[in-house]
Amino acid sequence: MSVEDRNARGEPTTSPRTALVVCAALLILTGVSIAVAHLALGGWNALLTLLIAAVQAVLIGAFYMRIRYAHGLPRLVVVAALLWFAILLAGTLDDVLTRGWVPVLGK
Amino acid sequence: MAERRTTLSGRSAVPTAPGLGGHVAAERPPALAEHFETLEQQHGVNALGMLVFLGSELMFFGMLFTVYTAYRLRYPEAFAMGSRHLDLALGGINTAVLIISTLMMALAEHSALRGERRWLPRYLALAILLGLLFLGIKGLEYYHHAQEQLLPGFAFSFSGPAAEQVQLFFLLYYAMTGLHAVHLTAGIGVACVMLALAWRGGLLGAEHWPLEMLGLYWNFVDIIWLFLFPLLYLVGRP
Repeated sequence: MSVEDRNARGEPTTSPRTALVVCAALLILTGVSIAVAHLALGGWNALLTLLIAAVQAVLIGAFYMRIRYAHGLPRLVVVAALLWFAILLAGTLDDVLTRGWVPVLGK
Repeated sequence: MAERRTTLSGRSAVPTAPGLGGHVAAERPPALAEHFETLEQQHGVNALGMLVFLGSELMFFGMLFTVYTAYRLRYPEAFAMGSRHLDLALGGINTAVLIISTLMMALAEHSALRGERRWLPRYLALAILLGLLFLGIKGLEYYHHAQEQLLPGFAFSFSGPAAEQVQLFFLLYYAMTGLHAVHLTAGIGVACVMLALAWRGGLLGAEHWPLEMLGLYWNFVDIIWLFLFPLLYLVGRP
């Protein structure tokens, strides 16, 4: 691997060829997502289309943003951001989904 | 090259002599700010700062994603009805446009690092044009909604049951796509500045790092859209 194929942090960069393949995968996955949404899956469509979006996000994060090379502090920031979002979502839903379960005010 | 693959993990970067005296200072690369010891350290700090910013952006969008989830679980039928009023063809085309703009940004980053002076402005210009095309198509969709009287609060008339809840869906639709459009607009603005720099032969080689930061932001905005698309356009389609 030549010197030019690494960025200033010494991380290998994404070659144009890899970038093209990732782009094709992202476009195909979008098509799959639209197709999945039209199938009669009895409510599982939403979960599947979001799963496909998550795969697309991982592809972008790994190859375009090169987060797969992040160590230590940068990786901690990514994990922390996702964790805090999960806490926000879980904390809200544990209220919204359980209203009326117990006879207290504010339901 | 192995010794250069150090990051902010605590392993120290390649040590250099302290920048005292004219001789040592003259050897410093022009792109290296005086409060850093090596370019590697400087780029690591830049990337870390960008990631922290994007983390706070995730909370910004995350608040809307959370409100959306809470109300969709409560009014699934109304959200499906609202979603069926969106133009899936335009939404799908826009998703493809944004994905290809991300590819252009990745190619721009690569050509900047390689010092390909002729290709960098072309890829950047293509990324900007695709970003503008996305905003144009989004505007066309908004125009269609306005004609169909689907502007919550101003002109909203929806014939059918649960019109109030459908209005709530559209409120979230505008808030989420609007916030996304504002972010893309900011990205396009910064990309135009980068294009001007690249046009004059800047941003090449060791000076490419601002482009890499823009790339991180551009990719993040793309990822947000990739979640907005199924949440807004693909509900209740079967």
